[in-house]
Amino acid sequence: MYEKDGEKYFVVDSHMHYWNAAPDNWVPGAEQYAKGWIECFHAYQGLGPPETHWSIEHFQKYSEDDLMKDVFEDGYVDVAVFQPTYLKEWYKEGFNTTERNALMGEKHPGKFIYNTRFDPRDGDEGLKQLQRNVERFGSKGVKLYTAEWNNGSRGYKLSDPAAYNFLQAAQELGIKNIHVHKGPTIWPLDKDAFDVSDVDHAATDFPALNFIVEHVGLPRIEDFCFMATQEPNVYAGLSVVIGGLMYARPKFFAKVMGELLFWVGEDKMTFGSDYGIWEPKWQIEGFVDWDYPGDEFSDFPRLGTAGKKKILGLNAAKLYDIEVPAEYRLPADAGTPAARDDAQLVD
Amino acid sequence: MRPGTGLAGDGQPGDGLLLAALGTVRDPELDEPITSLGFVAACSLSGGGDAEVRLRLPTYFCAPNFAYLMVADAYDAVIALPGVRAAHVVLEDHFASDAINGGVAAQSGFARSFDGEAVGELHELRRDFLRKAVMAGTDQVCRTLQAGGSDPERLRAMTLAEVPPSRALTRLRERRAELGLPAGPDALLLIDPATGAPVSAQAVPLHLRRARVTATSLEANGSICRGMLRHRYDTSGLGESLAGQPGAGHPGPSEENQ
Repeated sequence: MYEKDGEKYFVVDSHMHYWNAAPDNWVPGAEQYAKGWIECFHAYQGLGPPETHWSIEHFQKYSEDDLMKDVFEDGYVDVAVFQPTYLKEWYKEGFNTTERNALMGEKHPGKFIYNTRFDPRDGDEGLKQLQRNVERFGSKGVKLYTAEWNNGSRGYKLSDPAAYNFLQAAQELGIKNIHVHKGPTIWPLDKDAFDVSDVDHAATDFPALNFIVEHVGLPRIEDFCFMATQEPNVYAGLSVVIGGLMYARPKFFAKVMGELLFWVGEDKMTFGSDYGIWEPKWQIEGFVDWDYPGDEFSDFPRLGTAGKKKILGLNAAKLYDIEVPAEYRLPADAGTPAARDDAQLVD
Repeated sequence: MRPGTGLAGDGQPGDGLLLAALGTVRDPELDEPITSLGFVAACSLSGGGDAEVRLRLPTYFCAPNFAYLMVADAYDAVIALPGVRAAHVVLEDHFASDAINGGVAAQSGFARSFDGEAVGELHELRRDFLRKAVMAGTDQVCRTLQAGGSDPERLRAMTLAEVPPSRALTRLRERRAELGLPAGPDALLLIDPATGAPVSAQAVPLHLRRARVTATSLEANGSICRGMLRHRYDTSGLGESLAGQPGAGHPGPSEENQ
């Protein structure tokens, strides 16, 4: 919970992690990839305020106590959604698995939601594992990292037939939310790995599922925005947008926020700290204080207190059926969080 | 190599030529020269005509297709210089360094350099991103015109000859010409970047909005790339400009936190 100027914000961190990327978890022979991955993440942290930077050693492996303090005690978060990323070709026990998240989370009842994942290249065994994970962890969402390396393959698209089999199976198992994270490699390598048109196809063909595109499709914000206006079940995950731009490049942050508010709308944007890349505290404080810097943004939609409440927690609470105490809810005339039909349509 | 000075190589006269040639090579995603982005770690030209170029990128996992294009374009730009007998272009610290460097050195093309992982060359990818550059450039030109009072209907009817000269206009014309799109004085300012067709009156507001979000996306990506590069390397690249191309719509860092 965050309170400022008499307003109370219910905070759902809809995209965060509990990873182990220390050398003890690196796969022999793949050390350069494991090291390269975590150093890349660490460089992103460099875009946040200096006083929030961690040493690379701490960044590789933070403790359960660190997480509870950074996210809940200091970080104002009420409920956090674990988003796993496996990367088992590089990390022996996986980078950040559903099991690792749940082992930690079960000591803190009510604080966490356990999303799981699938990889369409894992075939029938992958389908069985998905079912086991949903049953064991009660997952309502999956995180899909489309650039994951798997047995010589450099990635997949959501529009692949195998991916459709998994989306169908996930839906039948009760999964509602598909968090999509695009990465820099995919097959074939001559195509744009960050292209979001596969999400467009999947969102059209699975209208009952919600597709939350993390880091708003960065580096393809323009393609994401245009796609999101046409698909009522596509949402913008703000991980990286707030963490990577709000402090380091406030003017670009304002432009990107303006575009998102115009194309996607405040009902379909969700806050995610991307912890441990960035701590949530400064992001939430800064976001609640945020407004456009100056007159040049006058033709973008405004973002008021109600919109900030939706983005920081109420939209994600709706997507994940999280009970929001009455004092944090919006008055009846402030709109419906996560409303699918409130995206601003353009023709 | 002399990191951090912004000067090329060991100060030989040929090094400036080399750096100027590298300044014509762009990051296709960001539509900015690899020099001003800070991607040139070192370059030198020996008395015997051997050119040595070392490139670097913001992350170990930057997309291999765009990385390949930059290394291959750098090779082509350098080997075309008079007096250059051999060019050795090396991308450092990248997961696909070996495949890219070896492929470019052997002039094998992208598909053969990534055997089994790619089905074609990168021409279409490059064209897709040139179209984005055209949209972003359209925004840069139109924003100035709109600030000066031109309404959407006026923009729709305007030819390139009617737009006051600017660096942004020159750049837009160059990108359009590269794509084979109309770029002469009589060509319309607003065209479909895929077909070159005029934009209908009804479609102009959306066209301008799309141009603007494309420009914003490129600018945001460029700023993230610069921030990541600075975290990764504590030296400036050769020819690095923190402000990007002057007048090209990339605000300098002075107004931002660094």
